[in-house]
Amino acid sequence: MSRKIGDVILDLQNISLRFGGVKALTDISFDIREHEVRAIIGPNGAGKSSMLNVINGVYHPQEGKIFYRGAERKKMEPHMAASTGIARTFQNIALFKGMSVLDNIMTGRTLKMKSNMLLQAMWFGPAQKEELAHRRKVEEIIDFLEIQHIRKTPVGRLPYGLQKRVDLGRALAMEPQILLLDEPMAGMNVEEKQDMCRFILDVNDQFGTTIVLIEHDMGEGMDISDRVVVLDYGKKIGDGLPDEVRSSPEVIKAYLGAGH
Amino acid sequence: MGFFIETLIGGLMAGMLYSLVALGFVLIFKSSGVFNFAQGAMVLFAALAMARFSEWANAALGGNSLFLANLIAFVGAGATMWLVAWAVERFVLRKLVNQEGATLLMVTLGITYILEGVGQTIFGSEIYNIDVGMPKEPVMMFESLFEGGILINKEDFIAALIAALLVGLLTLFFQKTPVGRALRAVADDHQAALSIGIPLNRIWVIVWLVAGVVALVAGIIWGSKLGVQFSLATVALRALPVVILGGLTSVPGAIVGGLIIGVGEKLSEVYLGPMVGGGIEIWFAYVLALVVLLFRPQGLFGEKIINRV
Repeated sequence: MSRKIGDVILDLQNISLRFGGVKALTDISFDIREHEVRAIIGPNGAGKSSMLNVINGVYHPQEGKIFYRGAERKKMEPHMAASTGIARTFQNIALFKGMSVLDNIMTGRTLKMKSNMLLQAMWFGPAQKEELAHRRKVEEIIDFLEIQHIRKTPVGRLPYGLQKRVDLGRALAMEPQILLLDEPMAGMNVEEKQDMCRFILDVNDQFGTTIVLIEHDMGEGMDISDRVVVLDYGKKIGDGLPDEVRSSPEVIKAYLGAGH
Repeated sequence: MGFFIETLIGGLMAGMLYSLVALGFVLIFKSSGVFNFAQGAMVLFAALAMARFSEWANAALGGNSLFLANLIAFVGAGATMWLVAWAVERFVLRKLVNQEGATLLMVTLGITYILEGVGQTIFGSEIYNIDVGMPKEPVMMFESLFEGGILINKEDFIAALIAALLVGLLTLFFQKTPVGRALRAVADDHQAALSIGIPLNRIWVIVWLVAGVVALVAGIIWGSKLGVQFSLATVALRALPVVILGGLTSVPGAIVGGLIIGVGEKLSEVYLGPMVGGGIEIWFAYVLALVVLLFRPQGLFGEKIINRV
């Protein structure tokens, strides 16, 4: 691979998250390096989604520190993750169903639009020129994801695999530094999974985007990752190269149960 | 035949005004999931602001230019509705993110009373006039086509035109501009909208502002017709069946629903009224809404409610 893995971009230190009396995450530390594909895997209820929401700024851990690009990150509002260059996709696709594929991906450009909201509302002068520039960028993404033929279709009508691809497209339109993928392969057939893997690797390779992906099982997601974190019951039980993790006794126990 | 068409046109024009109020409901429901009971109070509040600002501006200008006074009043009333939108988001909605629909509905009931009270405290509680120079006299048209011609109320006609224009502008705003796209995005999925960095708070202010401006236009039209008085707040109740008929989430639904109810009221009053002793106009809309609820709970144009089991 041509890309080079860089320095640590996001460093999570001793993260603990509780909801009332329920411990969702306990003392978890790991880091994410620039340009790498980092997987977080674990069985149901392991705390993967909580972890993602911590990175995304939706949940605020009671303990622990987060360093983003060298600086400690303060508590932030959910919508601010986007402006710091963190984009995400959703496990249960959260697209804007009534809107076309094109419009959905265009919403990803919201933060890149600089002209005054009032001018935008009136579709006037510089705002119009800007809209066209963004439109060009979005068309590139549509080409990249090979969804030209459905660009005007309302996303609600698309099959599942394509919806997932549009979800990815919307996140890409933000030109993020870090892309969080919440179970990108869940519920897909083999062919769709292969397509998705290819797109994830292409994104990583061509745009240099750092990718954090959550997967339920030790499948395709792990194969395309550089390093893997394994969670179980809110604790970290493994961290390393895919092959190391796969052969770790503790990880095997978590997945297959004791006695194997 | 001429009489039938006259009634039909009268109904269409009245319906356009219902649509306008219904639109206010739909805009807010679509983007924030709040059924805004305060829409009627907003109409009253906006109309009061418009009437008094116009009066004061006219006095300040020495009564020389009614047009200028009205223009100043319109801008002033618009700014007032912006303040209302800001205050509602800042002090009410922001505290109630992720609450049940019923909670939010109750809150808008509270907003209703506050707007009615504050409005009448600031602007007074008498009956005021809004004079935007609407022509009052009716005209005869198509005299060559129909016997006796068709009598059209000019004021209603202009009001319907304004309403249609506003509806057209709003449709463009929602479908074609980036802000409109962000609004639709928020309406579809809050979480996803947050994840791409759309600030919900600002969007809600915009939505309530748009609903406020719609209320202002409705207030001016109804106000210049009936005078600005407390009963304006109940105009919104007349729009309730429109929203049920058209579907709470559909902008075209609000328009078509308004037209159907406007026409239905007038036609049933004229043609069925004599059989049951009249007064149909008062309850027709509600009965129609009830029937629609029985067979299509989501309304004619609303999104079908499908629950995953």
